[in-house]
Amino acid sequence: MSVADRVREPRQRVASPVEKHPRRLGPPLWMSLPAMAFFAFFAIVPLVGVVLLSFTTWDGLGTPGWTGASNWTRVLSDPVTQHAIRLSVILTVASWLVQCPTSLLLGVFMAGRQRYRAVYAVLYFVPLLFSAAAVGIVYKALLDPNFGIGPATGVGWLSKDWLGNPSLSLPTLVFVIAWCFIPFHSLLYQGAARQIPREMYEAATLDGAGRVATFFHITLPQLKNTIITSSTLMIVGSLTYFDLIFVMTNGGPGNATRVLPLDMYLRGFRSYDMGGAAVVGVILVVVGLAISALLNRLGGSSRMDSQMEGL
Amino acid sequence: MRRTRTRRPNVLGGLLGTFWLVVTLVPVYYIVVTSIRPREDYFTSNPFSVPTDPTLAAYREVLDAGFMTYLVNSLVVTVVTVAVTVVLSLMAAYVIVHNRSATSRRTFDVLLLGIAIPIQATIVPVYYLIVRLGLYDTLWALILPSIAFAIPISVLILVNFVRDIPRELFESMRLDGASEWSLLWRLVAPMTLPAIITVAIYDALNVWNAFLFPLILTQSADKRVLPLSLWTFQGAFTVNVPAILAAVVLSVLPLLVAYAIGRRFLVSGLTAGFSK
Repeated sequence: MSVADRVREPRQRVASPVEKHPRRLGPPLWMSLPAMAFFAFFAIVPLVGVVLLSFTTWDGLGTPGWTGASNWTRVLSDPVTQHAIRLSVILTVASWLVQCPTSLLLGVFMAGRQRYRAVYAVLYFVPLLFSAAAVGIVYKALLDPNFGIGPATGVGWLSKDWLGNPSLSLPTLVFVIAWCFIPFHSLLYQGAARQIPREMYEAATLDGAGRVATFFHITLPQLKNTIITSSTLMIVGSLTYFDLIFVMTNGGPGNATRVLPLDMYLRGFRSYDMGGAAVVGVILVVVGLAISALLNRLGGSSRMDSQMEGL
Repeated sequence: MRRTRTRRPNVLGGLLGTFWLVVTLVPVYYIVVTSIRPREDYFTSNPFSVPTDPTLAAYREVLDAGFMTYLVNSLVVTVVTVAVTVVLSLMAAYVIVHNRSATSRRTFDVLLLGIAIPIQATIVPVYYLIVRLGLYDTLWALILPSIAFAIPISVLILVNFVRDIPRELFESMRLDGASEWSLLWRLVAPMTLPAIITVAIYDALNVWNAFLFPLILTQSADKRVLPLSLWTFQGAFTVNVPAILAAVVLSVLPLLVAYAIGRRFLVSGLTAGFSK
């Protein structure tokens, strides 16, 4: 009885505004202040700061000096940056083309209840434990033309200078990035595939639909939201991806893998042209936010909503 | 008993799944066998063969090269970042769910925006801030921005769970005279414990493996964290590949142990925020 009273009483109080005591508002706002202060100072301020710094010259040591739009005209007309933009687009598209179908199929495969698939899933996870720096170092050794996978297997087409040949280095990076990220995305697909009601498959099977037909008519449409979430992460991720490429090629050979984030780093922290680096930073922020917004629109709901609904 | 379809094994699926398993494990196998290969054999024996006289010499070299310092640095940065992030995010999540003012709602909108900011793009201003604060080349330079960038997603995940706590529990505890502060610790924290663990793991993985902030915000060897140390090992050992790969194994080992013990938590922690 007393519990029921307790439960009912506050509700009535909330309903009558006259009795509103300050405590009824719940926790005081200052409780969220530390989190907001951290976020404002180290995330919002840099976001504004990158725009401001793109209009200054700064070598990383002294005080930034205002130069107006000259960084912008200089960087945007620089063939190196133009090349970097092209490379970033290619890397992003290629990464998506490799990762999206593979992780979807792998996720659906992992969603199966067979015992061996559960064992496989445990092992598929392992790349996620490696830092990007570790993966880069491992693949650098593994892809060595003289002491790596080529001579180890004796297979002709594997014996190539994967990272030293300008026309092979970008495709190689696409593969290694896929090795890192497919496990994560397939986990997303595994979770989503397991939520598809079993009855849908049973009904389709009774109607005589085969495995391929059920995949295209049930599985794929049911995974739509996950495809959008996962693709957003993949696209924004590969656009801003830095660590692995830095460790494996540092933009080389020549400028063959100098994608936008590398271009930004090398400008800022190797050539001490922080203003120019900030220009590239702004481009990355704008394109990243635009792609997120665009893909959200495509899904018909915001990414945040789908996150909250648990996909 | 109508599941006749699953009776017929999916051979093609099994083959492709096995193929990906091989792709996943070949580098792992290669790291292990190479790290126990005697240094002088690296250039002569088949890279995939199991060494006939395995040695742990490479591991000793890595441990002698300051590995423990880097491990401790990584631990300090990760533990402090995760602890502060979880406490501050829980406080913020409680306010966002239970404080009905417009300010608290706007707080949440601003944080949601933060999730979409690519961290990489802000390295120049973050570097500027850290230099101006006099924190360049300290562990604080890594901890403070890491907390800031971990907060939005952590709050988002926690908000979802705080929302699920019945409001009646809060009201009855308030009637008993509990302060908001003790509500947070005696009600919100225990009731959201699974989410807190998930958030902690998610943040810990990100911080533990972070490379870019350490690269631009620290310089000296005694402030180096593990991922950065791998990169510098690569520069220092150059042709001593067994030692470089032994360093990789040692850097992955703590996470591998964690995975073996708490696989379920680690998996849910990793996908946190993308599927509840």
